[in-house]
Amino acid sequence: MAALSAITRPGRSIAMPYAANFEALRAHLPGADLPWLAAERGKAIARFAELGLPSQKVEEWKYSNLSRLAKMEFAPSEQNVSPNVRSEIAARFARENAQTHRLVFINGHLDSTLSDRADPADGVRVLGVAEAMAEDAELLKRHLAAAPPFNGNALAALNSAFMADGCMVILQPDAEIALDLLFVAAPGTGIPAYHPRLVIAAGANSRAVIRERHVALGESEYWSNPVTAIGLESGAHMRHYKLQEESPNAWQTALITARLAARAVYENFIVSTGGRYARNEIEVALNDAGASCTLGGSFMLADVQQVDNRLRVDHAAPECTSRQIYKGVLDGRAHGVFQAKTIVRRDAQKSDGHQLSRALMLSPGAVMDTKPELEIYADDVKCSHGATVGELDDEQIFYLRARGIGEAAARGLLIAAFMNEHLDMVSDTPARKMLGAAVTRWLASRGLEGGE
Amino acid sequence: MLEVEGLCVSVAGKEILKGLDLSVEAGTVHAIMGPNGSGKSTLAYVLAGRDGYDVTAGSVTYRGQDLLALKPEMRAREGVFLAFQYPVEIPGVGSATFLKTAVNAVRKHRGEKEYDAMEFLKVVREKREALNISKEMIRRPLNVGFSGGEKKRNEVLQMALIEPTLAILDETDSGLDIDALKIVADGVNALRAPERAMIIITHYQRLLDYIVPDHVHVLAQGRIVRSGGKELALELEENGYGGIVPGVPGAEAAA
Repeated sequence: MAALSAITRPGRSIAMPYAANFEALRAHLPGADLPWLAAERGKAIARFAELGLPSQKVEEWKYSNLSRLAKMEFAPSEQNVSPNVRSEIAARFARENAQTHRLVFINGHLDSTLSDRADPADGVRVLGVAEAMAEDAELLKRHLAAAPPFNGNALAALNSAFMADGCMVILQPDAEIALDLLFVAAPGTGIPAYHPRLVIAAGANSRAVIRERHVALGESEYWSNPVTAIGLESGAHMRHYKLQEESPNAWQTALITARLAARAVYENFIVSTGGRYARNEIEVALNDAGASCTLGGSFMLADVQQVDNRLRVDHAAPECTSRQIYKGVLDGRAHGVFQAKTIVRRDAQKSDGHQLSRALMLSPGAVMDTKPELEIYADDVKCSHGATVGELDDEQIFYLRARGIGEAAARGLLIAAFMNEHLDMVSDTPARKMLGAAVTRWLASRGLEGGE
Repeated sequence: MLEVEGLCVSVAGKEILKGLDLSVEAGTVHAIMGPNGSGKSTLAYVLAGRDGYDVTAGSVTYRGQDLLALKPEMRAREGVFLAFQYPVEIPGVGSATFLKTAVNAVRKHRGEKEYDAMEFLKVVREKREALNISKEMIRRPLNVGFSGGEKKRNEVLQMALIEPTLAILDETDSGLDIDALKIVADGVNALRAPERAMIIITHYQRLLDYIVPDHVHVLAQGRIVRSGGKELALELEENGYGGIVPGVPGAEAAA
């Protein structure tokens, strides 16, 4: 009884009619003919029913109010789009890296017309989740089972129930891949919800670069709820970049989980400029000696936008290293959140962990919440955290203006400097270009072009 | 070129300049000397347009227009240049990016063609070599980690590139050793021209051995209390501010 009352404690969850309507909606989902998948979906929706959509009484959600999301009536995402939509996507989001593969998802569905999948290198397998349901269901089943069960994560449970498509990347030992993923929301009827699933399984000493870009053709309202499950075998090295430029009216709640074996390296960097509400949740388990992760992020927000970054790194083995470094620029009444937790288990001696949050406030109405946490059970560790919240420096602005640079351009130069310095963490050149261009676009959209 | 009449300026409610008059013609170099706290830097900042300096009376006319009505960037584009006493460090902004942005903003306003990257590198090379500024320094973030002398040389480099009409040098000699002082003075002297005026603000006479002024003014208690030729600076060196301006509290020798 105690356990049950913990789950159903009043006020800890919000009702969501969309989820309650699962039985009616599941007919639209692919893979309906797979009994194991139907059973998994059933278990997932039951888990969601137990957990409910988190309210602000749940500690990890204390800065986010999902009650508006809870009330929305979501339609299934539209798979069929007109040729006009395809040509607009092709023109606006041209492929920048001709030598790499690119998968394009429209409204959460893999679009084979726009995707470019040349013959992959030896030891590399890339396929869509819906494709896998149709062509290699055993492979999908095996990899879904290998991923962590997302205990207690209601939104991940919802993704498991409604998952319609996504991408699997499977690397044999020593294999290499560079892959671009473009997710486009195209306006349609109703307010759609997408629940894409990414599965990345990287064999020993393999190397992967994955660059995601999430964009919209218009300013429509929709909900994207992606889950990414990453497994890195010993010595595998993955660089994972994401540009979140969703519609200003969109909701995005994203979860990334990564499990690292010995000496595996996971580098992640997320730039968020879009969405009305976005949640970047990253959970990394450093499961064996010498693994390391670097989680970097930038968010640039205005108006009433909110981005809630919640990171959790678990040092479960000795001699692992972690970095969690986020920087934000907040204008208007925007709200930024940095919640980071580093756990160092008792046996994880010689752990090295660092957390840093820096925010630049451009307006008195903007809000930044910072909660760095260290939970340390080992005694021989090097861990630190820091946080700063500041404004643009008037002396610096005056110095630039006294040289003929206009006030907006001076502010833009200083904001770009604050952000671009951070992008030096991005070791992949095409990714740095993609993310840097987003910083420039954001400044231009606010009339703050500065310098070059 | 510049007419300052009866200028009164308050900072945080405290009156610093109390009816300052100054007239600067094209082609001349004016030195403004004075003890600490006399209002020298206030004059520099109010001419450049810094916030927090409230003009309570008087006027400043620059080339026929009301200088005080212009924003700082417009004053700069119209040819007013302040070499800062304490140049500001700006991490993350490359010196080269800054220089090009500033120079092109001013050139554009003047109706001149903006420099492209190649032209700009060439112009910068000529000017920086004269000031003994290395290529490496230009690649660093603006003023970050620069020594005091490097910062002052960088101010003169900016001045050389922007080619102002009225240059105001605020304590450009402070913190410089004799070699750096000579380099800076040579840089400033190279910019002396019939169409350009300069105001050299300094506490010490030493700089004026290298940049010889046409006029010297003594600023004390918010007013110009004495004006003369270059020999006035020497007189100050011998007698101190107290000797020239009897009753100036805290006045000290200017040597």
